[in-house]
Amino acid sequence: MIAIVDYGAGNLRSVVNAITRLGYQPKITSSPGELFHAQAVILPGVGAAPDTMTSLKKLGLTRPIGQLIAEGHPFLGVCIGLQVLFIGTEEGGWHECLGIIPGRVKKLPSKFKVPHMGWNQVKQRISHPVFEGIPDAANFYFVHSYYVEPDDKSLVAGETDYGIPICSVITRGKLVATQFHPEKSGEFGLRLYDNFIKLALATSIRGNNIKC
Amino acid sequence: MLTKRIIPCLDVKGGRVVKGTSFVQLRDAGDPVELSSFYYREGADELVFLDITATPEGRDTMVDVVERISEEVFMPLTVGGGLHSIADMRRMLMAGADKVSINTAAVLNSSLIGESADKFGNQCIVVAIDAKRVESGNQPQWEVYIYSGQESTGIDALDWAKQVVKLGAGELLLTSMDADGHRAGYDIELTRAVSEAVSVPVIASGGAGTLEDLYQALVSGRADAVLAASIFHYGVYSIRETKEYLAKRGIPIRV
Repeated sequence: MIAIVDYGAGNLRSVVNAITRLGYQPKITSSPGELFHAQAVILPGVGAAPDTMTSLKKLGLTRPIGQLIAEGHPFLGVCIGLQVLFIGTEEGGWHECLGIIPGRVKKLPSKFKVPHMGWNQVKQRISHPVFEGIPDAANFYFVHSYYVEPDDKSLVAGETDYGIPICSVITRGKLVATQFHPEKSGEFGLRLYDNFIKLALATSIRGNNIKC
Repeated sequence: MLTKRIIPCLDVKGGRVVKGTSFVQLRDAGDPVELSSFYYREGADELVFLDITATPEGRDTMVDVVERISEEVFMPLTVGGGLHSIADMRRMLMAGADKVSINTAAVLNSSLIGESADKFGNQCIVVAIDAKRVESGNQPQWEVYIYSGQESTGIDALDWAKQVVKLGAGELLLTSMDADGHRAGYDIELTRAVSEAVSVPVIASGGAGTLEDLYQALVSGRADAVLAASIFHYGVYSIRETKEYLAKRGIPIRV
């Protein structure tokens, strides 16, 4: 079962539509029990990281998410779902986030227009199964005003140029997270979701072969 | 490098695309879902829907249309027309729209811009500005119009653009009323003046007739995206040939 975390994210429906299009029936849930039971968990997100943190706290999801990732459950964060994995964000002052990945979330420099909105290239820094079938420097759809800076640069799997190099994909074990929106990035975006799910199903620690 | 966006605009009334389209390859060119899928396959970067229905029942239809489109196409969708409240906007966003565009409502109640940006994030809030040239001295000036261009406001378009960005707009959809419908090119001066005055992306709209017009809006007008309706709907140019043309002329484009 593929679980999509339901905390009121604006792009929840689009993520559900994308996963459904790939032939899966995702479970939309905010129950920690169901998340632990899932073979893969997707954390959507759009808008502001502090609001997302508030919602996750209200639902009692901050610790379960940390535990899921620590235990090596396949996990995919999208946009704000990437940013909240870090120690904290400059957005709206300084807000602590989940602290799963060492590093901070910073405001994009103002030499270009902010938000960074539109299609931009993702340069693949490493070879990884989530990129399978996706050409290097393929375009994905971005919309964000803050960007992540992991302390450990080896986590940067994809990078995008917006005046400065932006970390656009991170991978760490079975944790994958993207700054762009795969659900809005056409066929390559769908491919990335499919790659992640296939990887998750193949390596799931609850490894069974039920496709649901 | 961030690419420039090519955006077809669909006017929808009572769940049907109006301003006839001439795609022989579509079974039903008036079906917004089918037309959206067509543009998606053609490589459009984004779609803008303008709901020109005036009734509440029509609004329900539009929500349903957006839901169906978002199941079919995996690209950004902006919906505008008749959105007056946070509740109206939320319905469209929950139906699958990525951005909502407000025009008259923003002028009549400018606090809606900030409130909606706080609720949904700046990136969700597009302020559409319909601007018309006013005769003045040496410096060109433009005035903001509302109610689909029916009513003047006395507001200077440049001042308004700066103000709405300060209030929380994440993008501007700038239409030149003088150029709109004439297919003789965008108002480059207007586009450039606004684009240079604000820190958020600007979509140029109104006047596209040739591919050179799109090029000029992006280069001389410094727009981040170009919107067009009739040249795409009537098949004057396909999205694909538009993008190939612009790419050949050195514009960063997703092809």
